[in-house]
Amino acid sequence: MRWIRQRLVVFVALLVLLYLFAPIVVVMLMSFNEPKSKLSYTFDGFTWANWAHPCRPYGLCDAVSTSLRIGLLATVIATALGTLMAFAMVRHRFRGRSAANLFIFLPMASPEIVLGSSLLALFVSSGFGGRLGFWTVLIAHVMFCLSFVVVTVKARLTGMDSRLEQAAMDLYANEWQTFWRVTFPLVFPGILAAALLSFSLSFDDFIITNLNAGTTVTFPMFVWGSAQRDIPPQINVVGTAMFLLALVLVLGGELARRRRTR
Amino acid sequence: MSAVGQLGAAAAAPPAKVERSGRRFTGYLLLLPGGLWLLLFFVVPLVSLLAASLYDPNGSIEAGFKMTWHFQNFVDTMADYARPFGRSLWYSLLTTLFCLLLGYPLAYAIAMKAGRWKNLMLALVIAPFFTSFLIRTLSWKLLLSDNGFVVDALKWLHILGPDGRLLATTTAVVTGLTYNFLPFMVLPLYASLERIDPRLIEAGGDLFANPFTTFRTVTLPLSMPGVVAGTLLTFIPAAGDYINAQLLGTPRQRMIGNDIQRLFSAGAYPTAAALSVTLMAAIVVLVLLYVWRAGTEELV
Repeated sequence: MRWIRQRLVVFVALLVLLYLFAPIVVVMLMSFNEPKSKLSYTFDGFTWANWAHPCRPYGLCDAVSTSLRIGLLATVIATALGTLMAFAMVRHRFRGRSAANLFIFLPMASPEIVLGSSLLALFVSSGFGGRLGFWTVLIAHVMFCLSFVVVTVKARLTGMDSRLEQAAMDLYANEWQTFWRVTFPLVFPGILAAALLSFSLSFDDFIITNLNAGTTVTFPMFVWGSAQRDIPPQINVVGTAMFLLALVLVLGGELARRRRTR
Repeated sequence: MSAVGQLGAAAAAPPAKVERSGRRFTGYLLLLPGGLWLLLFFVVPLVSLLAASLYDPNGSIEAGFKMTWHFQNFVDTMADYARPFGRSLWYSLLTTLFCLLLGYPLAYAIAMKAGRWKNLMLALVIAPFFTSFLIRTLSWKLLLSDNGFVVDALKWLHILGPDGRLLATTTAVVTGLTYNFLPFMVLPLYASLERIDPRLIEAGGDLFANPFTTFRTVTLPLSMPGVVAGTLLTFIPAAGDYINAQLLGTPRQRMIGNDIQRLFSAGAYPTAAALSVTLMAAIVVLVLLYVWRAGTEELV
């Protein structure tokens, strides 16, 4: 009894992890499904065909490629701008700094439907209503990724010992050398994490995208559209592949970290 | 300090002054590109949304909308949409509560008990994120379906009546919402639990407090910043979400996001904008009240 009581928290935590993973298991399983009818929600039979021909459902791969292009561009822009902002917030003291801090936090604290609808209101009132598509989606994605980048990079910068930079300066490194040889390599994991976060936020966004995409179809929009009709099992292939890719990245990062600290 | 101090420093050592003011300038320069982006695509849009909510509701996309300062929009939309509005807030409140109940033990176990498995467990919390939000919600549809094993198991345990169902009920919508926003609760909770000095908890034990008293008087109060940040990061997105209500519920469970989305795609901009502004205002008021009650100013 005492043994159970001491491990109760761990036991509950494992149950919660199970809750987090239950749908993933379903997604993986369904990626091998061979549905009997178009509107099938049950597992009818095992097949490799979905993995062999992921592009079979019309428009699926176009949607994935649109999402990839938007995601990569949004990641590059948001990570660059956000990293600069994080440096400003942590390494510089200036008037209005706490106001800037709040300002950067606000997009994170606004419901997506409000962010999406306000951008739509802007695009419509400035005459861009007919030109919604790739670029308006990109603009929106950079906007909501920015805050997350700033917060992530800021956390890394704050945890960094600034005496390392002072030491470099003491050893006659100029500001440029100090930045590229000391600061940047130390902050890099934070920037990488921010980029990864941006990409997954962008790739996954539906609510804001749907309001500002016009006729452009991203992957989540494709999933939404097919959820109203029939769900091709290939959607689960993409979901599983994304999950495995993320797992490889995360585990690889963890292994590299353990090797370095050993 | 400020001006006078700097003048003094400048008199003593002119080069230092040049450098310092140069650095302060750098701060603004670094903020400029991102700040401009946020100004143009976050602040200006919010203003346009506010403006759109006051347009004449009789306009259309083709004919254009006229600015008539039509404040009546707010009264009309509230009369029509009070129910889904209240439902959204109620569902997100429930979601926040469940996320806290499930997320706290998980965050606690990762921060205090996981040892060298800490990073791996954290990665496991984030990993499901990478499979699309929509795909995961769709798979809940399958998990909760009428002949699925969850329903069967609950019937067997007599928790659910023989003709009971989960899909297309409030339970399904709140389950989905809780699921989707749980990581937003776990991560801030973990961050604040992780920061607690374990010696403080040991001290609680040394002073003859039982584990529960130690938790109530030491651990919980010290983790409050995480609780506040986590509840905000769960409540706010949940209030605006409509994916869970759409995929796991019926029109009887619809939330305000469903209506905003529907009205926008139907081109009823003034009504949709008024609803959106009302949602934002309600959230801002609730959050301010909550933060004021919780007394935590440090959020990020």
